[in-house]
Amino acid sequence: MRRTFLGMPATAPRGVGHLRGDESFPAAARKALGDAQLRRNLRHATTTIRAKSGAVIGEVPDWQELRAAGRAIKSDTMARLPELLEQLEAAVTGAGGTVHWATDAVQANRIVTDLVRAAGADRVMKVKSMATQEIGLNEALEAAGIEPVETDLAELIVQLGRDKPSHILVPAIHRNRAEIREIFLREMPDVDAALTDEPAALAAAARRHLRRTFLSTKVAVSGANFAVAETGALAVVESEGNGRMCLTLPETLITVMGVEKVIPTWDDLGVFLQLLPRASTGERMNPYTSMWTGVTPGDGPQQVHLVLLDNGRSAVLADAVGRQALHCIRCSACLNVCPVYERTGGHAYGSVYPGPIGAVLSPQLTGVADNASLPYASSLCGACYDACPVMINIPELLVHLRSQAPHPRSEAIAMAAAAYTMDHPRLYAVAQRAAGLGRVAGPALPPPLNGWTASRDLPAAPPQTFRQWWSENRSES
Amino acid sequence: MNARDTVLARLRAALAGAPPTVPVPPGEHRRQGDLPPGHPELVDLLEHRLTDYRAEVHRVAEAAVADTIAGILTAAGAAAVVVPPGLPTEWRPGPVEVVVDDDLPADRLAGLDGVVTAAAVAVAETGTIVLDAAADQGRRVISLLPDLHVCVVRPDQVVATVPEAVARLTPGRPLTWISGPSATSDIELNRVEGVHGPRRLHVVLTDG
Amino acid sequence: MRIALFVTCLADTLFPEAAKATVRLLERLGHQVVFPEDQTCCGQMHVNTGYPDEALRLVRRHARVFAPYDVVVAPSGSCVGSVRHQHAMVARRAGDERLASRAEEVAGRTYELSELLVDVLGVTDVGAYYPHRVTYHPTCHSLRMIRVGDKPLRLLREVRGLDLVELPQAEQCCGFGGTFAVKNADTSTAMLADKMRNVLATRADVCTAGDASCLMHIGGGLSRLRAGVRTVHLAEILAATENTETAGERDRLGVRP
Repeated sequence: MRRTFLGMPATAPRGVGHLRGDESFPAAARKALGDAQLRRNLRHATTTIRAKSGAVIGEVPDWQELRAAGRAIKSDTMARLPELLEQLEAAVTGAGGTVHWATDAVQANRIVTDLVRAAGADRVMKVKSMATQEIGLNEALEAAGIEPVETDLAELIVQLGRDKPSHILVPAIHRNRAEIREIFLREMPDVDAALTDEPAALAAAARRHLRRTFLSTKVAVSGANFAVAETGALAVVESEGNGRMCLTLPETLITVMGVEKVIPTWDDLGVFLQLLPRASTGERMNPYTSMWTGVTPGDGPQQVHLVLLDNGRSAVLADAVGRQALHCIRCSACLNVCPVYERTGGHAYGSVYPGPIGAVLSPQLTGVADNASLPYASSLCGACYDACPVMINIPELLVHLRSQAPHPRSEAIAMAAAAYTMDHPRLYAVAQRAAGLGRVAGPALPPPLNGWTASRDLPAAPPQTFRQWWSENRSES
Repeated sequence: MNARDTVLARLRAALAGAPPTVPVPPGEHRRQGDLPPGHPELVDLLEHRLTDYRAEVHRVAEAAVADTIAGILTAAGAAAVVVPPGLPTEWRPGPVEVVVDDDLPADRLAGLDGVVTAAAVAVAETGTIVLDAAADQGRRVISLLPDLHVCVVRPDQVVATVPEAVARLTPGRPLTWISGPSATSDIELNRVEGVHGPRRLHVVLTDG
Repeated sequence: MRIALFVTCLADTLFPEAAKATVRLLERLGHQVVFPEDQTCCGQMHVNTGYPDEALRLVRRHARVFAPYDVVVAPSGSCVGSVRHQHAMVARRAGDERLASRAEEVAGRTYELSELLVDVLGVTDVGAYYPHRVTYHPTCHSLRMIRVGDKPLRLLREVRGLDLVELPQAEQCCGFGGTFAVKNADTSTAMLADKMRNVLATRADVCTAGDASCLMHIGGGLSRLRAGVRTVHLAEILAATENTETAGERDRLGVRP
């Protein structure tokens, strides 16, 4: 349902941003599954990260207690979200920052574009941020004649390759080193033609390529991993140092943050800074975490802006079961353990949020009808729930959203008929025997059930059902 | 309604009918490690963790800090380094040119070979040093642009866990948590050291 | 002990041997098995496909049919998982708090077969004999929804003649997922291919599991490959003895002629 009443929870608008795919998950997955190189890249990367993450999580004696604490803090945050945002706003403003509010992607893009223009800049450098990808900020900036430069290595690979991100943490996970080398040779001016595909050499090429940009760009745009309501501190967790460059070198810093990223207290950072790196990159701690509170005179940007973004989050919050999707800290552990993601990659999900969390978050942000195939893009194996550092019950959410999805008419009729039959044991017994007889036709099924028999045989029908056997062999009557 | 009022009204409407909030129970996770700050085993653990992520660690007596720093810089071929204004003068390395940061422009900093700072706190379990922009650590940018960072840590600054570090830090200060040299996992999810931040990190752990 | 069999619709209709084996095994261990004949289906397919409203009548039926029994057993981790984690939710969603608490009571007395044997009856050596090379696939709902842990393996290790071989990447989903196998057939098939590769790498004669549904999926793939590996439900292995190893039984339980 799309509601547009002012002040009522609303889904993210169509026609802007990247929350909706062009085709259904099964159709997009089919293409990805045919790409053998992609599947090798994904398998290698997800296997690597699972082993690393498992090892460093094993070092933490209180991992389960930390997960429970993470969940409790996030539940409390959602229950008090309006008050915490007001508290955050006051703290940031008090520290010399400026807070903006955006109901949706269109407003957020306009706010950022206007701020960049006001700073007199025609280029911005960007720290990797899911929120700005979600709202399509780069396209909006380009339309306004402003050049966005992605500085995260993987985002740079994606941008130079005119590609789409396919993973929350490692947007170029679908590319291997040889493909990355080819992109750099093709797209980086002045790149050394002798560039090898050694990861260290590729990283060094990116360092040379971006250094001048870092030193000469006056405006940066970032996201935020956490925002502390109590103190106004914002935190960005990163690895390469591109984040530090963007957060300290420019004159103007604009941070775009989904409203759910706020956490109540400073001490809460002690929980999340343990959970996030071990669950995401499989490190005890990521190389760099930056925290800033408004403006620090003489140190870093002197114009500091924070854009608080709704864009469908209020609609997610309105669903008492669904709101736990807002607890997500974007670690991507659920992607790395998901057997579906491992085989299809991120593009099949259509949205910037792929994998299990994307399958529950995207449909809620857009309204389930606009992403109706995503809640079904899971075998409900539960690996994501076990891996989630804030214990989001993704399988429960998937099933919950399936009940909201529009159902094919024929399926709905069949399901209702099946439920009726199964509620009448005599009818049920007749149907069971008919099912056995029907199989005499052969080991294949007609559409749409031929998806099964395309690659699997049906079991041979047994000579009698269990209840027939029971009545002949055990029944007291 | 302006955007602020609209967003807040939407969120309040979304929560309408939700049960009243209850205070979060404190939780059973560790607030501190088994060993007190500065315990020799913690310093050993910090060294191990730092080394594991390719930082180079030097354990020296307090009196030998300056010589150690000088040795690191000389060995690295560093000719000129920046230091924050509050760095203890006795730590300033003799044999190389020392530039005291005085709001130096970024281009100038990028042209220097290294930086020497103190730290605010270090986390043993994660191999992390935290800078809080105090006078002996300086502006965030000085430890970012030069390619070599030498950081001096005293034992009483070494805590076991992340929550202990968070508790020690002052909210409101600009903070930089550093765990090893600049790195990326963006190519096939393997960690590779050396992207935009300093590619070499030396940590000097003093005995007092 | 008097134990009510929750047969599950799949075992009742397509895999009666697994259900019959459950009966024979428990009777051999000295227990009385009863089969409440008004049971049909737990409604998991409806819930997982997005039809909780239609599932409500099945939840109500299940709770009513099994309410009189102190102990209920099912040869399926998945259906037990549905009873434990979905029935009360379906009832609450419909605003029926009374049904929700009844469903929770029944769920508290409902066990998957390996749970019943190890936790309730306190037995790991069930006196079985099964002279085959066997690998065990921990189904997702056994493993992560109801957390049977290593109970099936502890039972299998005590089976005489059985050569238990570890399945590589055992904890990866086989790709069944109920209607997932139909709605996302291509992805499901890709997952199945990897599961089959791992099963074949064990050089086992038999792949076993605690869920007929996943075995139907894996077995259907292996059959299409003519791989020579059969799928056999855990209950059938635990029910097998020297006496059941007749020619007919070997044909049904075993692998190659």
